[in-house]
Amino acid sequence: MKKAVDDFRVIENQPLNATNHLIRLRSPVPLPEIYPGQFVNVRINHTDEVFLRRPFSVFDIDYKAQTLSLIVKILGKGSTILSRARSSEEISLIYPLGKGFTLPGRKDRILLVGGGSGIAPLMFLAKTAGLPVDQTDIILGFRNVEDSIELKEYTKYGSIHRTTEDGSRGVKGRATEHPLISRDLGLFDKIYACGPLPMMKAVGIAAKKKKIFCEVSLENEMACGYGTCLCCIEPTTKGNLRVCTDGPVFNMNLLQW
Amino acid sequence: MVDLHVRIHNLELKNPVMTASGTCGYGEELADFYDISKLGGMVLKGITPRNRDGNPTSRMAETASGMLNTVGLQNKGVEDFIHTIYPRIKDYETSLIVNVNGSTLDEYVEVTEKINELEKISAIELNISCPNVKKGGMAFGVTPEGAGSVTRAVRKVCTKTLIVKLSPNVTDIAEIARAVEDQGADSVSLINTLLGMAVNAEKQIPVLSTITGGLSGPAIKPVALRMTWQVAKAVNIPVIGMGGIKNATDAIEFLLVGASAIQVGTALFTDPFIPLKIIDGIKDYLNRHGLDSVKSLTGRLQM
Repeated sequence: MKKAVDDFRVIENQPLNATNHLIRLRSPVPLPEIYPGQFVNVRINHTDEVFLRRPFSVFDIDYKAQTLSLIVKILGKGSTILSRARSSEEISLIYPLGKGFTLPGRKDRILLVGGGSGIAPLMFLAKTAGLPVDQTDIILGFRNVEDSIELKEYTKYGSIHRTTEDGSRGVKGRATEHPLISRDLGLFDKIYACGPLPMMKAVGIAAKKKKIFCEVSLENEMACGYGTCLCCIEPTTKGNLRVCTDGPVFNMNLLQW
Repeated sequence: MVDLHVRIHNLELKNPVMTASGTCGYGEELADFYDISKLGGMVLKGITPRNRDGNPTSRMAETASGMLNTVGLQNKGVEDFIHTIYPRIKDYETSLIVNVNGSTLDEYVEVTEKINELEKISAIELNISCPNVKKGGMAFGVTPEGAGSVTRAVRKVCTKTLIVKLSPNVTDIAEIARAVEDQGADSVSLINTLLGMAVNAEKQIPVLSTITGGLSGPAIKPVALRMTWQVAKAVNIPVIGMGGIKNATDAIEFLLVGASAIQVGTALFTDPFIPLKIIDGIKDYLNRHGLDSVKSLTGRLQM
């Protein structure tokens, strides 16, 4: 079977800042291969109020330890409850879901643009791609220094450039205003974006204008997460596609932005 | 060994647990999780004569113990089903039921005539209860005359077991059930979703693109159970119960009030394995109560 539902055990829940938590979960069975951009659908415990699962991109994976990590941004009831998950608590996951990013070629120069918790699948991509540091630029956009997430270990996978809207950390402005996008986009062979919709649209449209390969990861609201309910559809040049199953990663050329 | 086999007219089910239309696609997504030959049957995603893109997003809203949807019968049409999907799924070893839709009587007849030709389709579920399409759908299902007229037209051409899926958005569902029975339905299934609405108070706008949508999930179970009970008393054809079923106890409740089989819908979104858990739970229940056949549960409610 290609997909599974299993009870994972929380082995780490660490606040990354005021609104984001890193949650590491151990699988009861060996993990199947999971690709950057794929996601898991997480049941929310301890409540009858949150009926549906909540989807999260995989941030990191350790096949040997049988663990996977998620970045949980506190947005509403579901993510609030999940952010309080205790060590050894069991949490049900449906996994692995969706189609991930197209991995870059060995000679590609790539740009990753992440906003907020949208950085999760991009960091997994940078790590998996394993390109030399000078072939990978990563722009991480946050609202302010409090919202910013530390990712020191990721400097070995690429040059990290930070932006904050108020200038409290890194370059002042939005991720999309960074010179690598406004000035140097033509340097890159492949561009990947994940984050708020306006950010992805801006990056995607800029890349499309320059005819640069660009993939974005959408997060349309979904009910099932595995392709049956047709709630999360995105209009594309191939008709209405399911973000959960045909995506969540889409090539810009498919989207009607 | 308990006997889980159920028969709905000519539709043979190895057990009384089916997946509901619109919640299991054409079966392929569930097959990614487990061997779907364990299911009693699958009612496939609704089919219309021609391609429908469905409604714009936003198509869903989570609610207390349930959800609203307004998918609007997105599907590629009956010809695509016959030529693209059917060849891929026809060898599934479970009963396949096609959910037939149309915006006119002729369209219902057109789809039915084409599905008739498909050997591995065991039954047709006539959808006169979709609340999310402007024409047809629920418009037929809310009056005895409308429901009777579609059933009559389709019955004339339908060579398979004909199940009519009823809308709960009516004053007297038993009256509608009698009307479709009179026109030759072999079975009724109920309930489709309840018409509902969600509002985003902060933005002061409706959540759904079509403003209203269909409510499903555990929130509707008491209504569904009541209607199943009322309909089972009113007709002599087998009744298929659904609406908010999420575990074996829920399923058994529907059987006790008169259903011969049940469908699991929205609960699949929370856990695709629920139908299998329900099948096991029904077996356990029969054993605990010293019963040897699931048929003995139908209408067993003591008053």
